[in-house]
Amino acid sequence: MMERLVVVGNGMAGVACVEQILNHAPKFEITIFGDETHLNYNRILLSSVLAGEKAADEIQLNGLEWYAKHGIVLRLGIRITDVDAERKMVTGDDDSKTPFDKLLIATGSTPLIPPMDGLEKEGLFVFRNLDDTRALLDRAAPGKRAVVIGGGLLGLEAARGLQVQGCDVTVVHLMDTLMERQLDLTGGSYLKAKMECLGVKVLLERSTTAILGNGKAEGVAFKDGSSIAADFVVIAAGIRPNVELGRKAGLEVNRGIIVNDYMETSNPDVFAVGECVEHNGTCYGLVAPLFEQGKVLAATITGNRGPLYRGTIQAAKLKIMGVDVFSAGNFSEKAPGTDAVRYEDPALGTYKKLTVRDGKLAGVILVGDTSESHRYMDWLRSQTDLTAMRRQLLFPGPADDAGLDVAAMADSKVVCGCNGVTKGAIIHAVHEKGISTLAQLRDSTRASTGCGSCTEVCQQLLKAVAPEFQEEAKKSLCKCIPFPEDKLREILRSQRLRSVQEVLEIYGNGVGCEICKPALSYMLDMLWCGDHDEDRSARFINDRVHANIQKDGTFSVVPRIRGGVTSAKELRRIADVAEKYNVPMVKITGSQRIDLLGVKKADLPQIWADLGMPSGQAYTKGVRMVKTCVGTDFCRFGVQDSTKAGVELERRLENLYTPHKLKMGAVGCPRNCAEATVKDIGLVGQEGSWQVVVGGAAGKKVRKADLLITVESTEEALQAATLFFQYYRENANYLERTYDFVERKGIENVRRDTVYAPLAIQQGLRERLRKSKRISRDAWLEGDAPRHPTQFVQIESLEKVQG
Amino acid sequence: MNNKQWIRVTAMQNIPLREGRSVNVAGREIAIFNLGDRVLAIDGRCPHKGGPLAEGIVTGSTVVCPLHAWKISLETGSISKPNENPACVATYRTRIESGIVLIEVPEASQEMEERPLSCGEQNRACLGDSPSPVL
Repeated sequence: MMERLVVVGNGMAGVACVEQILNHAPKFEITIFGDETHLNYNRILLSSVLAGEKAADEIQLNGLEWYAKHGIVLRLGIRITDVDAERKMVTGDDDSKTPFDKLLIATGSTPLIPPMDGLEKEGLFVFRNLDDTRALLDRAAPGKRAVVIGGGLLGLEAARGLQVQGCDVTVVHLMDTLMERQLDLTGGSYLKAKMECLGVKVLLERSTTAILGNGKAEGVAFKDGSSIAADFVVIAAGIRPNVELGRKAGLEVNRGIIVNDYMETSNPDVFAVGECVEHNGTCYGLVAPLFEQGKVLAATITGNRGPLYRGTIQAAKLKIMGVDVFSAGNFSEKAPGTDAVRYEDPALGTYKKLTVRDGKLAGVILVGDTSESHRYMDWLRSQTDLTAMRRQLLFPGPADDAGLDVAAMADSKVVCGCNGVTKGAIIHAVHEKGISTLAQLRDSTRASTGCGSCTEVCQQLLKAVAPEFQEEAKKSLCKCIPFPEDKLREILRSQRLRSVQEVLEIYGNGVGCEICKPALSYMLDMLWCGDHDEDRSARFINDRVHANIQKDGTFSVVPRIRGGVTSAKELRRIADVAEKYNVPMVKITGSQRIDLLGVKKADLPQIWADLGMPSGQAYTKGVRMVKTCVGTDFCRFGVQDSTKAGVELERRLENLYTPHKLKMGAVGCPRNCAEATVKDIGLVGQEGSWQVVVGGAAGKKVRKADLLITVESTEEALQAATLFFQYYRENANYLERTYDFVERKGIENVRRDTVYAPLAIQQGLRERLRKSKRISRDAWLEGDAPRHPTQFVQIESLEKVQG
Repeated sequence: MNNKQWIRVTAMQNIPLREGRSVNVAGREIAIFNLGDRVLAIDGRCPHKGGPLAEGIVTGSTVVCPLHAWKISLETGSISKPNENPACVATYRTRIESGIVLIEVPEASQEMEERPLSCGEQNRACLGDSPSPVL
């Protein structure tokens, strides 16, 4: 009969250790208890969930099928309250008793709550698990004042997440510098500046003595007598290992459950792993050590005692987009024989410091530029002698510039620090399992599934060893002009090229095709905003006559009805036109507009004149419309005036061209009647705020839009939407819808480059949009002033055929 | 049977550079294209689904049908996209006189189905008899 292994804790450490145990021969009947009700998830990504970058279900690590596949009994929502080490039995808070042969304690840690008055008040949060995150998301709303107590990694990530949700956030920190365990004073001041630049306020050297408020949190008071107001308070002041079960099991416990280098506790049948253990005087709170411990423990518990855990070099990375902070090892300069090598540039916000002891790297701090963190981690782990590299410590020599040389890397080198995956393991997996894509590598080894910073190295490794590996080649636009589109935009801009034919003659085959010509037309229009030679022959017929060609060669006419709001007078005119020109079909579109189908080209100018309405651009790769619901004027539920906001959004963007058609929506409440969450750009009204969402689709593909930002006022929502609009115009490939564009860029990057971009960048986007808008005009005005005499005219032969 | 005649169709300037225009001649819808150094004429409808070829984007000496992007040679009427296709579009000889485009079409009494020129046959637009550039 197989031995029974009971695991207490369904977190990253416990489950990762079980995975390692399963890598040895199947030996155990395993039962896992988790006191959370969720499946195993990636705790380090909770900050991404709070910041709206990931959905809760996206951070799940092991699905139910994984447990089933390995015959693991999973008991969720049950807290183990007692261990009887003598009788080898655990007791749950449901009074269940479960016998074991081996017990693995992986209970992690709980938030440390510093003593202060008023801790019982409502509106007090911690940020530790998924439920905490959800509670914070429920509470966070634009304009709400949030105070985060604790300026460490977790506190700062929480602060940033809340700030993305629109809160007015203040971080209160006891020490004189943020992240003092990872940064020195200078590094801390660079970090502080960056946080403040993002809009997060930082108060240092404040000892919180009380949560103020009558029943609910309304502020915090400090030792110096000052206080600040708050709508809610988050405590992120550190963590405390959960050691109670260790004590009950009679284990040797200090701050954590004491383990030796074999990951054994003082009881040969009871093991512990993760944040709840103390090894050689250290309790670890980061993810990489947990995996290293799990590996050693798995060997020991399966009877393969041998591998040793020697402790882990502490390395921390702040996961805040745009605030790059990395720290590892010991950055103190005090130890004798230590040199500190520094570089800083306040204008760039870059600070780097290495501590070098006896010619070897002892510690590293990187703020603002963490691109070299892998190199430094390698030096730390391998204790490389740096004497020969002394001149290139902070700046890689030219030879290394191309990136880490993966061939020169030792097999034992850890590539993925989060999951402890070595180069050797990756190469082994590639050969054993025929891996050829990054996705397969992730599935198989977990490499690059943590913080993702090793993705580049993983890709280089795949490229080097996987015979099938296909690097995502940059596709050129077409055969006529062999450049990727981003390169083409750069060429057009830098070479100041202003006509399609010119571009084709200089950089292409001089001829072009139906693919590159409209693409180049768009790029020129976007770049030069009318200050270019618009070559109609390079555009699709729809853009030559401003109507949508139909299968029989006739056209359809869709006038602009902003926000879907029309009037009796307009409708009457449309009806008159339909009758006068015998329009074969009058159709209400899905976009709250009216389509007149089957119109002859020659009739277009007169129809436009009779309609007296601007073009709805239903025929082009451009701004289509903003679909709206009835908002607050009539609807019982509307909490935002979506109709007005939608009409205004349409007005601001109409007549502009985009890489592909662009549909928008504005809804006055989360019931989403106008389906704003499946539009390219959507405004979703909620009580007191707007969510601006981007990259939605309900066409060939259905995709829920990603949250760009939550803001309080309609004007801010419009600003955010137009910022994204121009960013999409400038950076998407031709015929790339926003849903592909947002996925390609990643919503985090989109946010960083738009609503969270430095002010100068935002202003640049706005200015270029203004310029385009200024020159843009209603295309149907060409009905009165055609670009060419025969633009709409059916040519009649000068001479009849002689019979 | 083979009686043909040259018909004065329209002023050259009525057809913008690298664009096409359709014209009805002898009951036929013909698409005329201005390629800068020459004018080419083919039947106005795509053999695929009858798309109006005069509205297509011109690429070199081919036109791309605006409906489903079939690619048709203006010189030979042959189809190169979606694949080499035996279907073929009729082509017409053209010439330019004093800025007026002339097309050679069968006389009205002839069968409509008859092809003026068969596929692959060269059909150069020329000024008088010379193939030199006209614009």
